[in-house]
Amino acid sequence: MVAAARAIVNGPRISSRERVLERISKANSRAAGLPESIPRGYDRGSTQSAEETVALFESRLQDYDARVFRIRRDAIAAKAAEILQAGHRQRVVVPDGLPKAWRADGLAWIPDGELSIDVLNAVDGVMTGARLGVAVSGSIVLQHGPAEGRRVLTLLPDYHLCVIEAAQVVETLPEAFARLDPARPVTFFSGPSATADIEMTRIKGVHGPRFLDVLLVED
Amino acid sequence: MNLVQLNPPSLDPKTAPPFPAAAKIDLRDTQLRRNVARATDTIQRKRAALVEEKKDWQALRDAGAAIRREALRNLDGYLLQFEERFQAAGGTVHWAANAADANRVVLDILRENDAREVIKIKSMTTAEIGLNEYLAHHNVTAHETDLAELILQLGGDQPSHIVVPALHKNRQQVREIFARSMGLPDLSDDPEALTAAARQYLREKFLRVKTAICGANFLIAETGGVTIVESEGNGRMCLTLPETLIAIVGIEKVIPRFADLEVLLQTLPRSATGERMNPYNSIWSGVIPGDGPKNMHVVLLDNGRTRVLRDAIGRQTLQCIRCGACQNACPVYRQTGGHAYGSVYAGPIGAILTPQLEDMRYAQSLPYASSLCGACYEVCPVKINIPEVLVHLRARVVDRGRRKLASLFDQERAGMMMMAAIFANRRRYEAAQRLARTAQRAVRHGDAWYHWLPGMAGRWTETRDLAPLPKETFREWWQQRGRS
Amino acid sequence: MRIALFITCYNDTLFPRTGQSVVRVLERLGHTVEFPLEQTCCGQMHFNTGYAREAYPLAKRFVEIFADAEAVCIPSSSCVAMIREYYPALARENEDAGMAAAVGSLLPRVFEFSELLVDALGVTDVGAYFPHRVTYHASCHGLRSLHLGDKPLRLLRAVRGLELVPLDGLEQCCGFGGTFAVKNADVSAAMLTEKTRAVLNTRAEVCTACDNSCLMHMQGMLHRQFADVRTLHLAEVLANTEVVPA
Repeated sequence: MVAAARAIVNGPRISSRERVLERISKANSRAAGLPESIPRGYDRGSTQSAEETVALFESRLQDYDARVFRIRRDAIAAKAAEILQAGHRQRVVVPDGLPKAWRADGLAWIPDGELSIDVLNAVDGVMTGARLGVAVSGSIVLQHGPAEGRRVLTLLPDYHLCVIEAAQVVETLPEAFARLDPARPVTFFSGPSATADIEMTRIKGVHGPRFLDVLLVED
Repeated sequence: MNLVQLNPPSLDPKTAPPFPAAAKIDLRDTQLRRNVARATDTIQRKRAALVEEKKDWQALRDAGAAIRREALRNLDGYLLQFEERFQAAGGTVHWAANAADANRVVLDILRENDAREVIKIKSMTTAEIGLNEYLAHHNVTAHETDLAELILQLGGDQPSHIVVPALHKNRQQVREIFARSMGLPDLSDDPEALTAAARQYLREKFLRVKTAICGANFLIAETGGVTIVESEGNGRMCLTLPETLIAIVGIEKVIPRFADLEVLLQTLPRSATGERMNPYNSIWSGVIPGDGPKNMHVVLLDNGRTRVLRDAIGRQTLQCIRCGACQNACPVYRQTGGHAYGSVYAGPIGAILTPQLEDMRYAQSLPYASSLCGACYEVCPVKINIPEVLVHLRARVVDRGRRKLASLFDQERAGMMMMAAIFANRRRYEAAQRLARTAQRAVRHGDAWYHWLPGMAGRWTETRDLAPLPKETFREWWQQRGRS
Repeated sequence: MRIALFITCYNDTLFPRTGQSVVRVLERLGHTVEFPLEQTCCGQMHFNTGYAREAYPLAKRFVEIFADAEAVCIPSSSCVAMIREYYPALARENEDAGMAAAVGSLLPRVFEFSELLVDALGVTDVGAYFPHRVTYHASCHGLRSLHLGDKPLRLLRAVRGLELVPLDGLEQCCGFGGTFAVKNADVSAAMLTEKTRAVLNTRAEVCTACDNSCLMHMQGMLHRQFADVRTLHLAEVLANTEVVPA
């Protein structure tokens, strides 16, 4: 009896989707106000030279306790090997598309071929390239192309060695967005993970790699 | 004995005590007040330094406000565009008219995947719909993975701040909670050790649990993108490792274009945590083959937001990007913390959002939980004129009351009507001034101040003295001067 | 200049000396002060408490009374904020085109007291003498609605004999907030306690501001505590000279 009454009162079932869209339409017909254009008076370009931008990038990375090594392109493999060995990082996972020229002999490079979570959890580190860097915030941005790898690669290992070219570093976020591909996934890294949840004491390295080394490549 | 800690506070506006009553209790928790003051001072200081450094800050606020207004003005169009793009990328979009709808959709997905437990990223939206309780009722365990939410969940408590939800807890309290729940009796109370314990405890869950539930900071219409802004990395864990990810997102979170993030990702981190950029931002659409969850769901939640949209002045509330800067700036929040607001959303934004979501039927005390100082509006990265909305909502509360018979007997309303009549003309006003002075002569000698007053005025004299009415009003002096 | 004074309902009744001081300062600077006796209240108390309907006729009345003033001086930043921020909206919401036009015409001629001195009259030295240690509290409306900036401080710095000491947290709300002081009396008192601590820490003898609402609130607790500090409106500090003692 109650169900029958309810059916009479409610009428034919209207989906949540239709209901929400109808509510929005009604609300906006009454109260939306006049259209306006977006005022884009904020800084959209760079104010610094390329050298200053790269220097700022390096400085901001160092504020995060990342180590930055400025090297020439032909020194990538040797420098990477030196750093990894000094840190006793033998087993390093690399994305499929990481240039072979970057991988020196003598280390156990593990190419990612859909490695399991358990394997990734046990490696010593990961080495990738990057899409670009943002100097103002010391951010490294990956779009997970062939030389950057799928997202789990830079999540589970505790150490990340990132190769980025000086030419890939921009000063501001608007410049970065002008260069990013909106159709690809994006991950911004700006310092190691952190929390200030306990008495506002900043603790670094909660989940995700706690250690970052950057090879900043200049020609 | 601390009453606040005995009972987890109600954050349900339908049952929570009115703000003045709840505040009265929380004001006596001196540790809470110290923690809140220290936390908000810290973030405010860092924020101020970064705003000072950012010369185009006001231009960014202008742009951010306009972007959010545009999104709301064409909300249905942008949501439909998001839905189309997200589904083209292999995701599924569900629409939920209310909390019950949303909870049901989530449970259905979990049942399809035979999921008995889920890992969660902090999401105020899921707290708003009471998801954890609903899932528990249906025998699904939800594990919170944000450090603060973990502390609160294990400790049987509620969040008190948007960005630093457990700021009312100190390290000894956290140690005690972890030691007990994680079986670590020798755990120290050093924040490093506590964080390490949480890291270990949670890692096991990240690697094992196949279903995750999250919210989202933004949805991008142009690309069908989901954006998650975080500091700890648990977000990345939840959006990368599981097989199924369900994002529950308020409909107001949509922004028109990918490039709009160039504004909001500058203002959000500086406002929320006083950083130029927070550690991790993830943006993606739908399913990425070979990378991340195979099943990607977004549940678009209304639950009263369209009601807020209907109000020409109130709708700006939906511009909010959940940075928490208003809480950090608010001198009222500073004294009470978040629990006193009796709502998932606390502080200035809570005071305007919660009553509107409830169609002004509940949380009617919240619009009055403000001295209208305007500090919130000053720091809001999307320029929500919170004081304007607060005053507007007060008028809505009063107008609701006007229709009721009980208002005839309301002390405040009677006083307001009387004052309006007195101010309406000069003769009545001057007569009232003289009458007040005459009345005073009956109870006062000379210049003695009031230490006690009856009725509502007595609330003043509980803690403050009041000077007696001067012997002569300004206008009387002025008129005397004219004659001499 | 002919300056019409809007004393405000609470100054008229509770702080007549502030009004007297405004008159003294402006006449000392050579201007003529007028006082339209029909004035009562700007409507802020009603509007802010949710009684917009009752505020509308009061606002309309204000606009009519001061329609022809060359300049209106108001020694209360919260009342000026009410007029600037909400009178246009009140006219609009009540579909009162006449009032809307009148408000538009009047607003450029309405000044808070320190605004009048510094912006309209172009003076910071008003010939005052006040040999006391003074601290300044920035009322919220003056700070955030009127953007008074350092106008009051510049006026204070020009006062002979005055020792100005900065107030910690001068931009933090004192907790008055109109009816908030009574409807949320506990929180209001907590906020006031912090403000009082800051004032006492300056060791100032006098705390000044552009709003007697804040000062009344602050004096309420200072008096209760038998503190050796008194509050005084900016106008009363500026009115003081060697000839007329404070």
